Amino acid sequence: MINNSFFLILRRMRAPIIVLIVIYAISVCGLTLVPGVDAEGRPSPPMSFFHAFYFISYTATTIGFGEIPNAFSEAQRLWVTVCIYLTVIGWSYSVVTLIALLQDKGFQNTLTQNRFARRVARLHEPFYLICGCGETGSLVAHAFDRRNQAFVVLEKDEMRVEELDLQDFKTDIPALAGDARVPETLILAGLRHPKCRGVLAISNDEDANLATAIAVRLLNPAIPVIARARSPLVMANLASFGTDHVINPYERFAEYLALAVAAPERYRLLEILTGLPDSPLPEAHNPPAGHWILCGYGRFGHALAEHLRPTGITLTIIDPVATDAASGIAGYGTEAETLLAAGIMDAQGIIAGSDDDINNLSIAMTASELKPELFVVARQNHHANAPLFAAYAADFTMVATRIVAQEAIAVLLTPLLAHFLSVLRQQQSTSCSALVERIETLNQGRTPLLREICLNAGDSPALWQALLHGREIRPAELLIDATDRARPLATLILLLVRDGKPWFLPSPDLLLQAGDQLLLATCSSEWHQFELCLKNANELEYVLSGREQPGWLWQKLFPVPPVPRSRA
Amino acid sequence: MNPEKVIFGFFILLAATLNFGFFIGDISRPELHNVYELAAALVVSLIATALKFGDRTQIGAIHLSTSLVADLQLIAAAITWAVAEHVTGTGMTAHITSSVVSLSGGALFANVVSVVLLIAETVMLRR
Repeated sequence: MINNSFFLILRRMRAPIIVLIVIYAISVCGLTLVPGVDAEGRPSPPMSFFHAFYFISYTATTIGFGEIPNAFSEAQRLWVTVCIYLTVIGWSYSVVTLIALLQDKGFQNTLTQNRFARRVARLHEPFYLICGCGETGSLVAHAFDRRNQAFVVLEKDEMRVEELDLQDFKTDIPALAGDARVPETLILAGLRHPKCRGVLAISNDEDANLATAIAVRLLNPAIPVIARARSPLVMANLASFGTDHVINPYERFAEYLALAVAAPERYRLLEILTGLPDSPLPEAHNPPAGHWILCGYGRFGHALAEHLRPTGITLTIIDPVATDAASGIAGYGTEAETLLAAGIMDAQGIIAGSDDDINNLSIAMTASELKPELFVVARQNHHANAPLFAAYAADFTMVATRIVAQEAIAVLLTPLLAHFLSVLRQQQSTSCSALVERIETLNQGRTPLLREICLNAGDSPALWQALLHGREIRPAELLIDATDRARPLATLILLLVRDGKPWFLPSPDLLLQAGDQLLLATCSSEWHQFELCLKNANELEYVLSGREQPGWLWQKLFPVPPVPRSRA
Repeated sequence: MNPEKVIFGFFILLAATLNFGFFIGDISRPELHNVYELAAALVVSLIATALKFGDRTQIGAIHLSTSLVADLQLIAAAITWAVAEHVTGTGMTAHITSSVVSLSGGALFANVVSVVLLIAETVMLRR
């Protein structure tokens, strides 16, 4: 693969090289046949091969030293004139071919592909493969970049790949314009690389995602694959061959909305925890129960109806071609008559859920004009329309790309979060609201960073060693500021998993054990401190006891009597 | 019939025959070894090399390497001749002639290998 471009050059340069050889041969041979003249004007034997080759070499390359070794005879001059034009043609043909080759699209693609393959092969840290870097892919890429997580991008659209170069990433990302459906491209992008941690098939095209997921399953079954789907058919198909995680933004949003109606506190917690890390806190949504109007009964509408009806919400459906919708009204919902006919005056909420952004905005604006206190849910299909939706500020805006990105990041970077959310379902809503308040204050009005650590030699060597030496350490002792030991770190342990058993919000006095897995909610400055204390034995010692660990020699010379362990 | 194959075979065989023509005869007698024949052998050998560029198969690689060997031997022979005639001025003595001809003999061997490869390839493909 690497030598491709070299062979391509050789192949294309065959004809010009042969032309050049032939021209040289003709010129040199001719010159060895034409009689010359000596200094006195008498005829002399022709040039030897050596002199002829020397003369043609400097003439053909336009260096032109003149007539060496002797002045030429008229016959020689005649032949040399022919040679000059011949060789100029030969050289220009070669040079033009070479330049055309360098500008050739195919050749340049080969070069970029080679460069990309080399960079991927040289990756030494674990990386993820993002197939499809549209709006969703960009969001995921930026979140990875913030976490210093390496990744490789495959995107069909060449323009988008070029745009990636312009975006503000910390590192230079290996990106290739290629079709993720082609297995060869996937392998080139590092599918079989030993450090490849997982594949995200999150392009707009669900069939492409399906093809990618199958290819990953077959070519590297060990790594997880996350796929985005739209229709239930493709979802079922993806699940049938063991895709690790299928994200359908419509289904997911419908679930969220139903949860927000049924259990607002729990939904609020889920929203904060699954939000893109370190972004502004999402505003709270409190959709009312009661009667709702649903505009647009496509795949999104079906998913909504399916999830909202069990929560006790009654729906009136407006759709131009809704044949299977019970209590349906034909129309778009963009005009007041249709909305009035659907009973907007008795409704509590409206969902503008068609696949046309402008219609959705029109529905939402008409509805809030008719009834300002109505709860409006608007679906945004295209990122380009984001400013319009921001200006309108619906009570709840559904952005499919964001949902997919959030979920993909949560699943990949914090697998314990899924565990936590499943435990959360059994909790009382009062404990949820208390937790929401604590988490909201962790990161100054932004979503908390979620971090997973395992108390082992890799993640937290210092702490692990201390635990192995039989030291008793409690989370409360650990989570304090190393510069001011009186101040506890703004970090919350959400979940502790020990031997597969989860502890929801473990008590600060629970003794830690080696091998425990922790899910923490924190913010970046606090996390850096905590991470240092996990990895650096001296820092850990200071945090735990308030004493600087002296060096070995100092300890020998001036032994300090052990101080009873302090408790923060 | 593939015209590319015709040209390819033609040049490989021509390189071998020209080389043989130059090589044959008493090794130490310059009058039996024409310098034009050496020049022709060199040029045809170079063309044959260029024709072998860009073939990525195993047999293509061996083809290319035999051709490169032949080129190298013939260029060495040509340089020896040029040095004897023009640089040192010793002329084509029996000693010089025999070294030029024996160098071309080496090239002949490489060219023969090339021809054998060509035949082997043809027999293998049976098309």
